[in-house]
Amino acid sequence: MKKAEEIFQLLKDNFPASSLELKTDQPTEPILLASALEIDKLCLFLRDSSELLFDDLMNLSGVDEPKSGLLSVYYHLGSTKFKHKITLKVSTDRNKPEVSSVTEVWKASDWHEREAYDLLGIIFLNHPDLRRILMPYDWDAGYPLRKDYENPEFYQGMKVPY
Amino acid sequence: MGFLDKEFNDGNIVVATAEDLLNWARLSSLWQVSFGLACCAIEMMATSASHYDFDRFGVIPRPSPRQADIIIISGTVTLKMATRIKRLYEQMPEPKYIISMGSCANCGGPYWEHGYHVLKGVDRVIPVDVYVPGCPPRPEALLEGLLKLQEKIRNESMIKKTA
Repeated sequence: MKKAEEIFQLLKDNFPASSLELKTDQPTEPILLASALEIDKLCLFLRDSSELLFDDLMNLSGVDEPKSGLLSVYYHLGSTKFKHKITLKVSTDRNKPEVSSVTEVWKASDWHEREAYDLLGIIFLNHPDLRRILMPYDWDAGYPLRKDYENPEFYQGMKVPY
Repeated sequence: MGFLDKEFNDGNIVVATAEDLLNWARLSSLWQVSFGLACCAIEMMATSASHYDFDRFGVIPRPSPRQADIIIISGTVTLKMATRIKRLYEQMPEPKYIISMGSCANCGGPYWEHGYHVLKGVDRVIPVDVYVPGCPPRPEALLEGLLKLQEKIRNESMIKKTA
């Protein structure tokens, strides 16, 4: 079982060129900040490294941070063998939100990423099937969980507001 | 109604108007589309089960809208589901009736303000006969709604459809 600091050190040793940061001043567990376009490579290492074996993507969720102009994705990883956990966070520009998909690493991320795309409009590069998952396929009013989202007046002739 | 008045005095003769007879037949075998949406559907299933026994009013679930008389909208109607509900309703043969069950189907319920995906009342897409309030309504409330619907059918006229 490894602490977040040890996992962070391992990542830094193996990815010296990457910008990585560990935020420990958190009321929750420490958060490891990574870069959005490298997250797939980091995750593959986290899954396959014999000291880490993060075989379980427990959660993947998108967050809108309009004050800093960012859209972020949180990854909660766990290892069923070593029982350790880590939280990763990547941020991307709100106007061009692109994050590398981790579907090649964990199949479970497929629908999670589709949800983040559906509700926040985060584009996951190299996702095999990036469609809306909850909202109707022909929903063209935008992404409902963005803070500046405005609901449309009508959808297919049905009045939407109360 | 009273068309069974003379059943016991005059042998096997029953005197009734055709309207009364048809209405009685209709209200006594309201087959429902077996269709549920959310937590209200759990209460609807409880109503169908042995303790509350919907069947004693002639309500049997039918797995096809083409063989059904009523549809109970039991739960939150999302915009995505609304188009499907409309299609189900259009597939039902006349005469057909609708019970809107619970606050969500009535008016959007707790999603009335921030539910970007919720239709604020199923009566925006199909005509509702009886609204059953509650969140979710108890089986007794749904039974009361059904009795109200039966009352409505009992007073229907062949010439003019009131529902």
